[in-house]
Amino acid sequence: MAGERAVGLVRELQRAAGGHLPPFRAEELRQALEEMRALYERNQADVSEAKAGRTDLIFLIRFRHCCLLRNQRCIVAYLYDRLLRIRALRWEYGSILPNAIQFHMSAEEVEWFNRYKKSLATYMRSVGGEEGLDLTQDIKPPKSLYIEVRCLKDYGEFEIEDGTTVLLKKNSQHFLPRWKCEQLIRQGVLEHILS
Amino acid sequence: MAAAGGEGPGPEAAGGGEELELTPAQLIRSLEQAWLNEKFAPELLESKAEIVECVVEQLDHMESNLKRAKAGDLKVSVHRMEIERIRYVLSSYLRCRLVKIEKFFPHVLEKEKSRAEGEPSILSPEEFAFAKEYMANTETYLKNVALKHMPPNLQKVSLLKSVPKPNLDSFVFLRVLERQENILVEPETDEQREYTIDLEEGSQHLIRYKTIAPLVASGAVQLI
Repeated sequence: MAGERAVGLVRELQRAAGGHLPPFRAEELRQALEEMRALYERNQADVSEAKAGRTDLIFLIRFRHCCLLRNQRCIVAYLYDRLLRIRALRWEYGSILPNAIQFHMSAEEVEWFNRYKKSLATYMRSVGGEEGLDLTQDIKPPKSLYIEVRCLKDYGEFEIEDGTTVLLKKNSQHFLPRWKCEQLIRQGVLEHILS
Repeated sequence: MAAAGGEGPGPEAAGGGEELELTPAQLIRSLEQAWLNEKFAPELLESKAEIVECVVEQLDHMESNLKRAKAGDLKVSVHRMEIERIRYVLSSYLRCRLVKIEKFFPHVLEKEKSRAEGEPSILSPEEFAFAKEYMANTETYLKNVALKHMPPNLQKVSLLKSVPKPNLDSFVFLRVLERQENILVEPETDEQREYTIDLEEGSQHLIRYKTIAPLVASGAVQLI
């Protein structure tokens, strides 16, 4: 039935709640676009007939046009909603996305992501003095300067403010400046221990 | 909140020459006001670029003061905590604006375009550049992936129509900073008539954002 595929795309995103990014459905998208082309061609043919006097075709043409509009809307909504999810990933994971997520993105989406990353970086460099201000830090209001963290996986050497380095090994615990570990916590390397 | 940056905080917190000189404490207070307003208002508010600039200067100043301080001094950690707090408010404020810019980008840019000469801009130059890039990037993406494969009469999508507008009818909590008289409140149902209210200083209200939007802009009320 006309419109099924495009709605299917939107429905899939709706089901994948919580900002999760399902794989890009290139094949379904192509089919939906193909369907639009077929509808359009049939409409073109009928339009010329209708002009030649067959006024009974006008309703059919209108109906097909509504299908086309609906398909267009669903496809654009699908693509745009995915962009919003990808945008949220930039804030969650930093500028490099895990492979598992990149695997679900289309080439064009990766390109969009890279451009978004670049504009955001330009913006962040332009505010806040010489080095700029990393807005993806300081997500939560600070409660204390140092926090206790546990290492969830081997990370290697990690440099803190005054030049000293600590070795982040799996299951080791550290007492580190909060602003240095925020990103590692979000990446899942460290875990904030709340006692 | 005390915002002293170690020994002798610099009084160079003047904003763009036209504003009065602010003490650091006043500066931080105005940042907090702008931050709360931005957080609770449904639409993007006017850009407070001077405040941001001054706060950044102030933070730099405090950082450099801290570098000169003796290590192990108790005061150092207190001041460092203060810096952290201010930076959080600043980041959160700018982040909140970015989120709104991304959410409403066609409307924000449209408003910027129709702005009269001399009227203050709602975007800082950097935010404007960001919004334009975001718009161009998104438009190119949609065009390349789907729209150019569609029939000729369907290759355009008006982002202005398809991206949701800020909901100016949403309700906000506010505290009155300066007394206001004769605020016109629109009826909520067809049976009601328009009526006016007076806002007493220090009182708190729950009201439709649209009704008091100009008062938020002028600083007569504070969203909470």
